[in-house]
Amino acid sequence: MADVSREVVEHVAMLARLQLTEDESDRLQKELGRILEYADKLQAIDTDEVEGTSHVIPMTNVYREDQVGVSLDVEEVVANAPDAAEDFFRVPRIVEE
Amino acid sequence: MYGLAFPKCPLPIPNSRRKVIQMPMEPMIGLEVHAQLNTESKMFCSCSTKFGAEPNSNVCPTCLGLPGSLPVPNRRAVEYVIRTGAALNCQTAARCRFARKNYFYPDLAKNFQISQYDEPLTHDGYIDLDVDGEQVRIRIRRAHLEEDTGKNIHLATGSSLVEYNRSGIPLMEIVTEPDFTTAEQCREYLTQLRLILRCIGVSNANMEEGAMRAEPTVNLVDRETGEATPKVEIKNLNSIRAVYQAVSYEIERQRRAVAEGREDELFQQTRRWDEDKGVTVLMRRKETSDDYMYFPEPDLVPLEPEPEWVEEIYASCPELPAERRERFCTEYDLPRYDAEVLTESRQLADYFEETCKRFEGSAKMVSNWLMGDVMSLLNEAGITIDQSPISCEMLAELLRLIKEDVISGKIAKDVLATMFETGRSAAEIVEEEGLEQISDTGALESVIDEVIEENPGPVEDVRAGKDKAIGFLVGQVMRKTQGQANPQMVNEMLREKLT
Ligand SMILES: [Zn+2]
Repeated sequence: MADVSREVVEHVAMLARLQLTEDESDRLQKELGRILEYADKLQAIDTDEVEGTSHVIPMTNVYREDQVGVSLDVEEVVANAPDAAEDFFRVPRIVEE
Repeated sequence: MYGLAFPKCPLPIPNSRRKVIQMPMEPMIGLEVHAQLNTESKMFCSCSTKFGAEPNSNVCPTCLGLPGSLPVPNRRAVEYVIRTGAALNCQTAARCRFARKNYFYPDLAKNFQISQYDEPLTHDGYIDLDVDGEQVRIRIRRAHLEEDTGKNIHLATGSSLVEYNRSGIPLMEIVTEPDFTTAEQCREYLTQLRLILRCIGVSNANMEEGAMRAEPTVNLVDRETGEATPKVEIKNLNSIRAVYQAVSYEIERQRRAVAEGREDELFQQTRRWDEDKGVTVLMRRKETSDDYMYFPEPDLVPLEPEPEWVEEIYASCPELPAERRERFCTEYDLPRYDAEVLTESRQLADYFEETCKRFEGSAKMVSNWLMGDVMSLLNEAGITIDQSPISCEMLAELLRLIKEDVISGKIAKDVLATMFETGRSAAEIVEEEGLEQISDTGALESVIDEVIEENPGPVEDVRAGKDKAIGFLVGQVMRKTQGQANPQMVNEMLREKLT
């Protein structure tokens, strides 16, 4: 089984802003290991001659012209917001980065 | 594998050959500039980019990141980045992709920014600068395309408000290699870059309005040993002047810390420029490099700019401000100051050249009138040269009237103001208001005789050889003729009569 250190689990959890319990970390450490093991199988294939794929449809250069269209009404914009105030989204105070 | 960091850049060749003796450590500065592109609609949706709209009024499912929405790139934004690449001697990639930059901050509703990572649209260029007479080449690492973020307003009550009008406006990121060694070079780079972006019409590049933002990274390096202080990034710079001051401050701060052995002050960090206090202040330590988990944007297909299109964009790149400034100095024999002012705006430079073409006289005279009276009329009216009611043909005609002694320079100022107000031609105004200069000896003779009779004192002075007094008599003649007499003729005639 591929080895995933506890630090990697914690780092990935931090990047995803997940707070894990000890038990969850244990379980994820094993599960991530199995996932990476599968990735290792794929890594073993010789792909030197294969161009990396970011998109499954063989298509390039899809553009739109620079034309202004219709935007949403502001009521619609904030309709799904958990909290709104005077046409703004309201969120918990953000610490300035 | 995807996600490799950018290849490490080699140390830049030092710009100055001078030997540094007292200060073995030389500043090494890189600049990252973000410029909003002048498109009508956003980068990936058709919302308007208009500045100053009501909060959240230029927002749609795409720029709001609602599930099921799909981004489609704005062709003009792609063109503008290629155009910038052309102006900065960059290569345009034959193929490139967009990438997702993932982070948690509500200024983008999607929780990621569509940007470019290891495949920028344009790369590997340079810009040549003239910094106080010294030629400096700064390498451009890349100019790529991304989307701008929304705006946050922090309330005293402990919550923040977010609005997404700015979110999704096309943003170009221009990154240099760390080739700058002085704050003066940074200032000149930003000045020239701003002129270029305006000249090629891709951005208004106004730093005060946030349409252009600059983030320097400053550290010190010992070129011989390769030893360097940790990199410091500076944020919150709202003008070119602020960049200049912040970089100067930061260089000194690091130099002093090195000289005085205060190693604890030297660590990788982000600092904020405090405009009022004139200092940089620690914002946060950077213990690890940011991990944005970049991966290729699956909602966007790769770009392969058609070679003919790219060629056309490169071929149509106009003469850039610095080149034009040099040409104005040599071709029109203008002082450097004039050339600099005239090439600050492409429209003004065009206007100058068009006027010169239509006026058989000195270019310096065109420059003087343009920079002086014409500019002050424009400034007063709060308009730019391309909105001027005085066409270059009209200005050329006015200058011809002065040159041919039809009107005096003094009268011409009034005529210009009337032209500006009414849009009428100089010849028309001069004729209708009877402003022609009196160059007719007969007409002047009687006025001059009158002045001689009325001013016996000064007349005696002139006869006694006091040359200054003649100026007074000329002034009297000008007054009697409401400024319409040809002053040179008056001068000559007076001398003839009194000596
Ligand atoms: Zn939109």
